[in-house]
Amino acid sequence: MTDAVVAAPVVGRSLWGDAWARLQANRAAMFSLYYLIFMGIICIVGPYFVPHQYTTIYPDYVRTAPSLSSYPKSDMIETTLAETVKRMRVDVKEWHQEGERVFVTVTSSKAVDERNVRYIDRSDTFDDAKVESKSADGLEMTMSASIKQQYFIFGTDNTGRDMLSRTLMAGRISLAIGLLAGFVAVTIGVVYGAAAGFIGGKVDEVMMRVVDVLYSLPFIFFVIMLVVFFGRNFVLMFLAVGAVLWLDMARIVRGQALSIRRQEYVQAAEAMGVRTRGILMRHVIPNLLGPVVIYMTLLVPHVIILESFLSFLGLGVQEPMTSWGVLISVGAKNIGTANWLLLFPAFFLVSTLFALNFVGDGLRDALDPKDR
Amino acid sequence: MLLYVLRRLLTAIPTMFVIVTLAFFLIRVAPGGPFNQERGLSPEIKANLEAQFGLNDPLWLQYGNYLNNLLHGNFGPSYNLPDFTVGELFAKGLPISIQLGASALILALLLGTLLGTVAALNQNKAADYSVIALATAGSTIPTFVIAPIIQLVFGLSWKLLPVGGWGDGALLNKIGPVLTLALPQIAIVARLMRGSMIESLRSHHIRTARALGLSDWSVVVRHALRGAVLPIISFTGPAAAALLTGSIIVETIFSIPGVGRYFVDAALNRDYTLVMGTVVVIALFTIIFNLIVDIMYAVVDPRVRYD
Repeated sequence: MTDAVVAAPVVGRSLWGDAWARLQANRAAMFSLYYLIFMGIICIVGPYFVPHQYTTIYPDYVRTAPSLSSYPKSDMIETTLAETVKRMRVDVKEWHQEGERVFVTVTSSKAVDERNVRYIDRSDTFDDAKVESKSADGLEMTMSASIKQQYFIFGTDNTGRDMLSRTLMAGRISLAIGLLAGFVAVTIGVVYGAAAGFIGGKVDEVMMRVVDVLYSLPFIFFVIMLVVFFGRNFVLMFLAVGAVLWLDMARIVRGQALSIRRQEYVQAAEAMGVRTRGILMRHVIPNLLGPVVIYMTLLVPHVIILESFLSFLGLGVQEPMTSWGVLISVGAKNIGTANWLLLFPAFFLVSTLFALNFVGDGLRDALDPKDR
Repeated sequence: MLLYVLRRLLTAIPTMFVIVTLAFFLIRVAPGGPFNQERGLSPEIKANLEAQFGLNDPLWLQYGNYLNNLLHGNFGPSYNLPDFTVGELFAKGLPISIQLGASALILALLLGTLLGTVAALNQNKAADYSVIALATAGSTIPTFVIAPIIQLVFGLSWKLLPVGGWGDGALLNKIGPVLTLALPQIAIVARLMRGSMIESLRSHHIRTARALGLSDWSVVVRHALRGAVLPIISFTGPAAAALLTGSIIVETIFSIPGVGRYFVDAALNRDYTLVMGTVVVIALFTIIFNLIVDIMYAVVDPRVRYD
């Protein structure tokens, strides 16, 4: 082993490699990035692992408080049992619990039908109901059933749906809307802005006046008009939201395109006979990417808030589909009796918005170190 | 200056005209009509209603009539709240929204300027970081989360404030909505102020003032502040227009009978006149406040001249 270690040739870092290194040094941004990845994964994969469907209604568990231990709680068994037996139109004589099973003896003035056990099976609390014994005159019957253990870590909502699966499902929708509408807005904005900036002259003038006019209309009016036109359709909704938000992007990109075009290296390229296409691909687009990426990360939280706002007004996502905005609006109406309906979705939404903002700020610092 | 104000007011007329025209035809193009939603309305009654309000006339005639009425200060009747004219609705609701919005704006300007200045004077110290944290929180957490949390904490847990309602303008009823409205604005003002104050403190005249041995108070309040408030002034224009014309979220959550709800409700019910009234009011507020801001600018910064 006598070979001398040959020093590797010095490799310069690319613009993106450099930005990535700077981003990695920003702890808040990196933590937020991991948090967002985590949030994305649990919202996409999570619902498959939660034992409850987000649409399943548990009539026995309406507005159940969140708890890490399993339901039913010991004090709930008696009331649920009494209610279940009441449906059989018989009276409870005695009940007791042995381990995981409950035993109930019922009496009636008429003969008790054995088929009544299915009432017990039908409830969300018990299953595997059996007739244990029946008195000789048939007026008294003892049944047993095992207690179904269920977890509602985030509690349940007003109709008895599991909040954990609903919150995760809502996250899926909110994040999807944020990304898709953000993508729509960025695409329209980049194409429009780049065209205006690159063509310049009269065309630019007219295109930018159009943007100004759209700007001057009250924003909410615009959104509501779109909702009125497209109805409460989920896909069209966020296309509409995206179509409203492209104005800023168009302005930013136009400004950038204009300034890049005047740079000396572009003039040099023109002088050397590089075609427009080449200049666009080699110089304009790579230099535009930075601001576009930054704006996109800042746009996504904006879209999520807008979607939540519309859903809050009842204009956005419709039941049984749900989004964080829908959940928060339901939660806001029930804060007096069931504050977990507000707190869980609000925490998910707000923490995601924070993370997106930190990542956006981090990216801005990383891609544009002058701006610090 | 007077000439400038007059000219600005004159140029506002075509702007208003364009906005009114755009809004009028946009809402008319939307499918549905004001009397389509009511259940059990027989076609004859519907036709009569539409005839009474002149909705069967050709659109250009309706547009002409509307413009004519508007010029006479008549906003027309509300279709969905038939006992009221649009003018009456605004006369009732606008003072409430203005009270809340103005209180929130004043609070935001005072507190935001103060916090921003404190942060700038203690740059990269604990006070600075807490202001930045507050500003980040205020601008990130949406209003429809802040409002119910305020209700939950101050109304239900601590029982300090009523959970909602206007209560004929009782002071306690206003605290929750004003706080909710002000918090995001405080965040923006504090952030703007911090940035411009840091800039202002670096400028030459501040160095001169310090060299002359002026007290810190005098340097900051009399000299640095004056240059630093310019961005705050330009922020105030659009913010005032938005705040004073009511917030749908805050007014819905706290059950405040302001004008914030009108826009959305009216657009959904195709209450054409009410939609138009709201557009006109918002546009008027925007134009007026932008004008006030431009005048203020000239007052604070004598270099700005409008001749």
